[in-house]
Amino acid sequence: MSSTHILSAYDDELKYLSRRISEMGGLAEQMCADAVRALVNSDAALAQKVISDDVILDHAERDIGDKAIVTIARRQPVAGDLRDIVGSLRIASDLERVGDLGKNTAKRVIAVQGTGVPRKLARGIEHLSDLALTQLKEVLDVYSSRSAEKAEAIRIRDEEIDAMYTSLFRELLTYMMEDPRNITTCTHLLFCAKNIERIGDHATNIAETIYYMTTGAQPEGERPKDDTSNTLGAITE
Amino acid sequence: MMNNISTTMTTTPTKAPAMNEPKISARNVQVYYGEKHAIKDVNIDIRPRSVTAFIGPSGCGKSTFLRCINRMNDTIANCRVEGNISIDSENIYDPKVDPVQLRAKVGMVFQKPNPFPKSIYENVAYGPRIHGLARKKSELDDIVSSALQKAGLWGEVKDRLDSPGTGLSGGQQQRLCIARAVAVSPEVILMDEPCSALDPIATAKVEELIHELRENFTIVIVTHSMQQAARVSQRTAMFHLGNLVEENDTDKMFTNPDDQRTQDYIMGRFG
Repeated sequence: MSSTHILSAYDDELKYLSRRISEMGGLAEQMCADAVRALVNSDAALAQKVISDDVILDHAERDIGDKAIVTIARRQPVAGDLRDIVGSLRIASDLERVGDLGKNTAKRVIAVQGTGVPRKLARGIEHLSDLALTQLKEVLDVYSSRSAEKAEAIRIRDEEIDAMYTSLFRELLTYMMEDPRNITTCTHLLFCAKNIERIGDHATNIAETIYYMTTGAQPEGERPKDDTSNTLGAITE
Repeated sequence: MMNNISTTMTTTPTKAPAMNEPKISARNVQVYYGEKHAIKDVNIDIRPRSVTAFIGPSGCGKSTFLRCINRMNDTIANCRVEGNISIDSENIYDPKVDPVQLRAKVGMVFQKPNPFPKSIYENVAYGPRIHGLARKKSELDDIVSSALQKAGLWGEVKDRLDSPGTGLSGGQQQRLCIARAVAVSPEVILMDEPCSALDPIATAKVEELIHELRENFTIVIVTHSMQQAARVSQRTAMFHLGNLVEENDTDKMFTNPDDQRTQDYIMGRFG
């Protein structure tokens, strides 16, 4: 929004929300990257840090919710301002969920510790995580620039993550069939992969919210989906 | 005399327009106050049985345009109106149209409540009586009670109809003025900032009344309160420097307006 309000305090309130969202985004991104790094390197201390950082995100989400409510009550926002505030609430809740997914991944690091995560699988998860985190990072940049065009481009890219997740799912099934002793680790890894895939979904949600904030219209057409793991059976392999 | 009510001897029976036909239609309307070009080429269709709000900064021409709809500008010496405004497809600026008769069809409520210095009953009975809308006392009583009921004031005043109208609270006085306008059965009610002198409770009552009146009347309201326009209207028209810059569904206008000037104005931003 290029122009400023006649009431400068109103601008300050909107800027505060925007700044808090960016902070949340930065932390959520960091947590997820750390969680995957902890998984790949079996780093329990790093995993523990991710778990304890989640409180900060939860607190930030509540803070944004409180401030948004106060701004709505005091300013009775309309049009672009209203969409901005409602968008902030949605994005804050997406980012809080991203934090939860990072935390859940970190918890599994401790569970699979000592079982030795196969190198190939770890790389697969790392790659999936790279995709999802790039998606998240880019969507946060788009949040700062409020470009509807870029938001739409990110939304369409979710397909890539879905396809990658499906292939990882197949791979994990193969490992489990090879040796039932792999089942515990692989199940945990499967949940980790699913967590990461969900982070991509949240990034897509945020892209859709930004699109709406900027244009006032909902993005058109179905979101592209390429996660076919829900139709895969063990026998198909 | 400028009253809250505009009156006539008879009310001409008019066909009820279909929902898709505009009740009021303005084409290329220009208004000049001497040299000043106050309204510039305004075109708008106002739907029947709905509330249309006019918004815009002070001096944008919204009240001037509102006053064109019942030819109140005729009373201003150096004011010139060009273009065409029709109600039910009849040009109200046609030389054959009697402005007094027109104002019976198009009632008006002003910013400040201005009841006559008479009893509550007489305030409402005045219009119907001088226009011969009632043949006997009982008919007039019915018109008065029905108008007061429509204006949501009946319960508060039914036991003191002989008390002076000026003794009522500001909000009650404004509803009395609305009852007075309604009593002559107009088809259109113009309201020029009807709540700007009222407290929030009285405002809410008037807004509830506008909501109810919408079933039977076409209402056009000028308001400085964006929230009021958003609360009461189905369509909103934004005026700026004498131009109609945007006219849209109120839902759209307050969530995603098309015009940058509308956005800046409703969001309270510097344009």
